[in-house]
Amino acid sequence: MMKRILAATAALAISASLASAQEVKVGVNLPYTGIGAEFAQLIDRGMELYLKLNADKVKPYSIKLIKRDAKNPAGNDSRVATQELLTQDNVDILAGWVYSPNAIASAPVVTAGKKLAVIMNAGTAHITNMSPYYVRTSFSMWHSGYPMGEAAAKQLGAKTAVVGYTDFPPGKDELAAFKRAFEGSGGKVIDEIPMGGAGAVPDFTPFFQRAKDKKPDVFFVFIPAGDHAAAVVKTYGALGMREAGIKLIGPGDITQDTKLQAMGDAAVGLITMHHYHADLDNAENKRFVAAWKKEYGANTTPDFMAIGGYDGMALIVHIVQQLKGKIDGDKAIAAAKTFKSNSPRGPFSIDPETRDIVMNAYLSEVVKGKDGKLSQKVLSTTPNVKDPCKALKVPPCG
Amino acid sequence: MIFTIENIASMVLGGVAAGMVLFIVSVGLSVTMGLMGFVNLAHGAFAMLGGYIIVLSMRHLGVGFIPALAIGFVMTAAVSIVFERVLYSRLYKAGELDQVLFTIGLAFVFIAALTVFIGPENQPLTLPPELRGQLDLGIVQYRTYSIFLIIVGVAIVIALWLGFERTRFGAQIRAAVDNRRMAESLGINIDRLFAITFGFGSGMAALGGGLGAEFLGLDPQYALKYLVFFLIVVAVGGAGSIVGVFCASLIIGVLDFVLKKYLPQGGTLFIYALTILLLLWRPQGLFGKPS
Amino acid sequence: MSAPTVFDHPAARALSRRHRLRWWEPLPWILALAFYFMFPRYLGFGTELLIMVLFAISLDLALGYAGIVTLGHAAFFGAGAYTVGMLAHHGIWNEPISSLFIGAAVAAAIGLASGLVLLRTTGLTLLMLTLCTMALLEEAANLGHDWTGGFDGLTGISIPPLFGLFEFNPLFPKTQYLYVLGALLICFVFVRTLVYSPFGHSLTGIRENTLRMHAVGAPVRTRLVVCYTISAALAGIAGGIWAQANAYVNLSTLGLDRAATVLIILVLGGYGRLYGAFVGAVAYMALSHFLAKVYPTAWQLGLGFLLVTIALFARGGIIGLGETLMARLRPKLKPKPPS
Repeated sequence: MMKRILAATAALAISASLASAQEVKVGVNLPYTGIGAEFAQLIDRGMELYLKLNADKVKPYSIKLIKRDAKNPAGNDSRVATQELLTQDNVDILAGWVYSPNAIASAPVVTAGKKLAVIMNAGTAHITNMSPYYVRTSFSMWHSGYPMGEAAAKQLGAKTAVVGYTDFPPGKDELAAFKRAFEGSGGKVIDEIPMGGAGAVPDFTPFFQRAKDKKPDVFFVFIPAGDHAAAVVKTYGALGMREAGIKLIGPGDITQDTKLQAMGDAAVGLITMHHYHADLDNAENKRFVAAWKKEYGANTTPDFMAIGGYDGMALIVHIVQQLKGKIDGDKAIAAAKTFKSNSPRGPFSIDPETRDIVMNAYLSEVVKGKDGKLSQKVLSTTPNVKDPCKALKVPPCG
Repeated sequence: MIFTIENIASMVLGGVAAGMVLFIVSVGLSVTMGLMGFVNLAHGAFAMLGGYIIVLSMRHLGVGFIPALAIGFVMTAAVSIVFERVLYSRLYKAGELDQVLFTIGLAFVFIAALTVFIGPENQPLTLPPELRGQLDLGIVQYRTYSIFLIIVGVAIVIALWLGFERTRFGAQIRAAVDNRRMAESLGINIDRLFAITFGFGSGMAALGGGLGAEFLGLDPQYALKYLVFFLIVVAVGGAGSIVGVFCASLIIGVLDFVLKKYLPQGGTLFIYALTILLLLWRPQGLFGKPS
Repeated sequence: MSAPTVFDHPAARALSRRHRLRWWEPLPWILALAFYFMFPRYLGFGTELLIMVLFAISLDLALGYAGIVTLGHAAFFGAGAYTVGMLAHHGIWNEPISSLFIGAAVAAAIGLASGLVLLRTTGLTLLMLTLCTMALLEEAANLGHDWTGGFDGLTGISIPPLFGLFEFNPLFPKTQYLYVLGALLICFVFVRTLVYSPFGHSLTGIRENTLRMHAVGAPVRTRLVVCYTISAALAGIAGGIWAQANAYVNLSTLGLDRAATVLIILVLGGYGRLYGAFVGAVAYMALSHFLAKVYPTAWQLGLGFLLVTIALFARGGIIGLGETLMARLRPKLKPKPPS
């Protein structure tokens, strides 16, 4: 009896190792529950859709996603998930991370595990410095904040700005990036309003009232994507700030595609800087958006979170092909550094020095179509933006 | 900072409107806590359920905003009465910690069920055009919806006060809050009283969920996200006191608004410090009876 | 009446036997050690679990024994975690064991200060006051981000090897697990001794009937404050050790999530029972951990049903349920001797 069991186990082990020659295991670390559940779903769908649309690019290998719930931004649950993915599931590649604190908490484990880890959202600028195995396919806050600061002064002709931001590290990054570029281009930030922490009540009325009293040319707002975005635009409309001559600008978080239609007419004229929105006019994006609507419903739309997952999976598939299915952390990082792609967000590549993304930033305006639907029109493009935080060596990035 | 009339008026209006949302959601929590001594941490879950019913019936059934509010109130009240009779009533004699365990568990179930069946995303509320934009009040132009909220809130507090003080049913509730055993021995049907009050409180929470969605949003985490604020209002106002909850909501709404506007660097520090001071000054709440 | 007959009285015998070691008491420790050898790949989870047990025991002392209903216990967990984390991050002090003592002292100081003010109140008021105190600390930690790292947390906490020998490996946290287990054992023995001491009995007396304890002349307020301070110190140790095991501190150590979770765990296991913390933490964390693995999006449903069921059908949590079942079985096993 014992012998038979042993034989069976051995057979299983052999077949498992045979399968793993062709199968690449990707451990996914996303908050499938809690306040980040919506983002996790978008990124998850982005990854799944890439695999579905590009099945022939994956062949002859297969990619197996092992999904784990990071639960909350506390760090420890995500860290344990990372650790177990590495030691129990023996994954070849890690991916995910919505919250920056989770990516930060996982960094020592990732370093010790020596496996490539693809960050698909977490945007605090210096995270990629924390482990040599981190590669980012999403963005850093500086990717939008810095070009927006330049554009606000040069293209929108603004002299004064008020900045309202959610009082946590990405918000502070965004403020620092915008302020540096805006003041460097001759503008002046006349007030900085911290609008509560990440979990605070999304009632922005008092902060917007304060901004209105200051009468700036532009009001630059950063809030984490999600619930808050619609509230920002509604409050802006309801307080009559547009009539008072104040332009609302910000990173694309405030015009997240999934929230755009719910914002109503108050959103028309909003100007944002971001690396992706669903209305980008290129062939890759048209194919991506159409496939998304077919897969997940005509009322759904991909957004900048989804593209983080989609492009992250494109990077993973590239590495799997380069290394012929045998994934080693250091070789994978080397392969990632050569990655260039024509993505729905336009051309993007991985900066070999920082392992962060290099991509276009689009200045867009919200317009209302004949069918009454809102969409975003690109006004201008800043090509191949490297994370300015690292390029300018701003602490703690530099 | 210049304190013009316009400035002060807009602050008062904004703060009072925020306070009204707090009041409408919390009043039911306060009454059930005062009347039944039940720590109902699933109250936010009923507010969320109501908000979902309101938003989804507007979107899928094409119901108007006001009728949707009525539907949300009635359906949530009905559902909560079933919960009260079948589940809550078993725990009236249990310790408060068992009640905490039960109601937190219930909130988890609500959160997970909505996430799985409807989705994790925020459900946007589309206001009717009349309630959008700004209204000219003479001295100041202000957000129409805020003014609407203030009118609704005042109407509700007057109606509740009249119902409490001037009707037979209200007298029964007051009697039961003061001395449950005595009220029971006088022939008041306590079970029925509890069920109706609970249903009504949850219905109010549903209204608050719908009316407040413009400010607070509406997603599965709603059930626990704002619970602390509702509890603060109840504790500061004094459990079981409608006037207390109303005053506490206004004080917290207005002070929070003013502090956020002039000292945004302090974050939420002030609101918690304020609560601590108020509770140390009057541990039983502003209008609570000393135990 | 002579002395021997007093000691022979059944009540006296029962009382003197209360604190004796029972046959099953080494069991949790044997299981914890067995876990170490049998599941080396689960030690990250195991470490989290043991820390949660320690934290729940500290709460049990305040809530289960002294009847202090608090929803702000993470204040002390966070105080310990930030003390240890900030000392190590800013390069001031990072020796693991002495750091824990410093963390405990800071947490105890906060416990003493807040206890002196807050413990005059009870019920909902106390609940909200403890909660708001914790929220104040959390916001203060957020605002002081230059020192505390704010929302993103403090990293770069390097912990030197334990006793100069055992490394803290992030991938295979063997040292962390045994280190936490050792700390838990020491703290547990301390708490067990404390609750069976006259001081512990007076706490139970205060919980059961405050008025009578006043009447017999017990210094009720002082005892409550002392108990709260000790409980805070233990929570500080739990927090400090969390910071060391994770090499990381962030705002979540001070958050309502953590305070509510530990309360749920304790009530689920059974409060005022010493071992409730073990049972509750294992049930809650194992269920949420493994359910979340299988159903990453829907595991909360199962957890919610568990809490609702236990609350409806068991008084005194899982241990209370066990006690009820045992009490029902026992008369059948051991018929009462005829009196």
